[in-house]
Amino acid sequence: MNEVTNIMVVGIGGQGVMTAAEILADAALRLDHDVKKTEVAGMAQRGGVVTSQVRFGACVKSPVIIEGQADVLLSFEQAEALRWQHWLKADGVLLVNDNQLAPPVVNLGLFDYPENALAALHSGGRPMSAFNATAIALELGNVKLVNTVMLGAVAEALPFSAEHLLEGIVSRFRQSKPHLVALNERAFNLGRAASASQLARVS
Amino acid sequence: MAAAQQAQIGQKVLVSGNEAIARAVWEAGTKVAAAYPGTPATEILEYLGLYSDIYSEWSVNEKVSLEVAIGASLVGSRGFCAMKHVGLNVASDALMTLTLTGVHGGLVIAVADDVGLSSSQNEQDSRFWGRFAHVPILEPADSQEAYDMTRMAFELSEQFNTPVIVRLTTRVCHVKTTIAIYGEREAFSLGGFAKDPARWVMVPTVARTRLPFQAKRDLKLAQYSETNPLNFSLSGVDESVAFITSGPAFMHVQEAFPQSPVFKIGYSWPIPISALKNFASQYEKVLVVEETEALVETELKAAGVENISGKDVLPLHGELTPDVIKYGVAKLIGAPITSNLIPAQQVFPRPPTMCVACPHLGPYFALASMRNIHIAGDIGCYTLGAGQPWNALDTCISMGASMGVALGMDKGRGPEDENKAMVAVIGDSTFLHMGMQGLLNITYNQGNVTILLLDNRAVGMTGGQNNPGNGMNLQGEQTNRVDFAKLVEALGVAPERIRKVNAYELPVVLKTLREETKIKQPSVVITGNPCVLVDAYQPKGPLYVMENDCNGCGNCLDTGCPAISVTRRETVVKPNGREKKLAFVTIDTSVCTGCGLCTKPCAPDCIQPLSLRGDLSKDVSTSPSLGDSQ
Repeated sequence: MNEVTNIMVVGIGGQGVMTAAEILADAALRLDHDVKKTEVAGMAQRGGVVTSQVRFGACVKSPVIIEGQADVLLSFEQAEALRWQHWLKADGVLLVNDNQLAPPVVNLGLFDYPENALAALHSGGRPMSAFNATAIALELGNVKLVNTVMLGAVAEALPFSAEHLLEGIVSRFRQSKPHLVALNERAFNLGRAASASQLARVS
Repeated sequence: MAAAQQAQIGQKVLVSGNEAIARAVWEAGTKVAAAYPGTPATEILEYLGLYSDIYSEWSVNEKVSLEVAIGASLVGSRGFCAMKHVGLNVASDALMTLTLTGVHGGLVIAVADDVGLSSSQNEQDSRFWGRFAHVPILEPADSQEAYDMTRMAFELSEQFNTPVIVRLTTRVCHVKTTIAIYGEREAFSLGGFAKDPARWVMVPTVARTRLPFQAKRDLKLAQYSETNPLNFSLSGVDESVAFITSGPAFMHVQEAFPQSPVFKIGYSWPIPISALKNFASQYEKVLVVEETEALVETELKAAGVENISGKDVLPLHGELTPDVIKYGVAKLIGAPITSNLIPAQQVFPRPPTMCVACPHLGPYFALASMRNIHIAGDIGCYTLGAGQPWNALDTCISMGASMGVALGMDKGRGPEDENKAMVAVIGDSTFLHMGMQGLLNITYNQGNVTILLLDNRAVGMTGGQNNPGNGMNLQGEQTNRVDFAKLVEALGVAPERIRKVNAYELPVVLKTLREETKIKQPSVVITGNPCVLVDAYQPKGPLYVMENDCNGCGNCLDTGCPAISVTRRETVVKPNGREKKLAFVTIDTSVCTGCGLCTKPCAPDCIQPLSLRGDLSKDVSTSPSLGDSQ
């Protein structure tokens, strides 16, 4: 049986969703997996929905994850987790940045932001962790770190080690921006700890 | 950014189809590569721009990019151009004659179909250009094939004396898959331009003599298709349904039905009709899985093949995925369609919108507040002005269409539209692509149209590429910069009807638009504020809302700036008994870049620079904006 790992990363244009997926794909590639990564990000930089899919294993055919077959859903925003939760397997792992980003159509009063998104997500009964990765990133002084915090959160749900994933992150700027290495390590470890404690409680 | 560019022979890299194509174009010894940006093909030329030993350019439109590639071919070099599907509509005038002349150096056109319309005004199946233009089409399924087939395409071009189209879809362009690099740059030259009017000057007498050549070439290309290894079949143990497929749909078929026989078409035009008939004859049921139209299916049915299905069970448009194909097969064999899927939750839509501090926000706020105008729009970020909260764009057809459409509305109007002002909205790059001719047509025919030229000094929608409007080339080097005021004057607009405005000065924008729409002659209102995604944009410190002073008027929300959000809502009853809904707001200071637009309509004047707030516990103004994190 060809074991393929399916990871879906979702969020909003500009949050770093595609970069996170890229880092996950690279980590798998460095372990000699066959890897495919795809995204739907039509006008992503314009605040629209972004979904990125990473598939890896001995042999991957379609780049697209079949609905209901994702092993992990990594969501950079609360309502986006709700939008995509049905893509997960029944026992798939759900990792959510519970920060809320309301689009203009919500602010204009044309649509409502879902009130009990987290409760609805919990009711699925899957292993789940929800925490405010944006707050952690801002605490560390840079909202861009959300990306690394979320990668820390997903680290325990992967078929390779957290250290291997972290190395893939910091190697991106060890040469060019060495001062960012320690900061990203902290962000990663905070995300990892936040999600690990919640996932442990569920299981 | 450039894994393929830096890769050595034997190395495996994870790259998009676009990046793989750029590597192949470089390896092929191509001397000239040209394109106009367009999703999903844009990155091909961006990657080619990284190779210093190839001439690569942003052309002003796709037709010009093809003509540049033709010129390179004529002088014996290999030429390449890339475009999105609608780009080939623009370039087709050149293509339809190029196919008669044939080529000297190999000439390859990469055309990317935006299947599913992630960022396009229509959906097209570019394989049909094969039949229409009598040219071969290669159709990769992933990055490795994109790399392999682009290399082959140049050889094919020279072997058969024809331009070759490499047909891509979004799932090839933007999907990253691993490829094995096996080539370095080749030297290529066929040596100089050989003057030969009977070959290159397509006047009727000459072109007529080329038609038989084209017909003979069609036959040769069709024969070649039958034996081409890009067209192959795989046997399978589950013969209940066999598949004929091409492009990324092949991967989806393999995913969904790994045990089934499948014929994979890689050389998509002319289709290998005999090989396909032979394949189909071996099975009871054959399903043709193709994106997007029923090209192969129709050909096979015309050839008398009866046991095939296709669009009778598969969708006529949009992307095919493993799920979609499974559903189609269930319909075909009459199996029950079961689902153990978790139902999707209804969540508010999150349509793309303009960026924080976008220079288009002000002009659209102004347009939205004007009455009695019809707004002919165009292709670019500003097409988003059709959405909330502005609802200030009435048409969108094709690149540059705002000009002709606005003039046609003006000339064709009846009594119902007598008091309407006709406004055309167009961006800098779209204007230079195909809008200039339309403006000349307006002035020449004395139309009564007000043109809003939103010059943001970039091709914004595709990611902020350079163009003649900002005076920088593909490589980011300074070059000639067009002066829009002089340009539109040269096209016939009276100097006093050319008005430059600062897009953030809302009262000025509004006043200028009101004045110009009242005057019954062509006028052009030009903004000049750069796109927030490009280096020329200079962010300022963020603004904040003095929450105690906010009276809930909600005017700032009408700018549409996504940095502004509602913290609470109230409904009050006014003295006249009417209810008024209030929306109290806050500004996300981590993304605000202080453009100041929202301060203009703010009734209580309660939006201020964050630097003036006394209680700053820590400085968040150094946080980079969300918008530049990718």
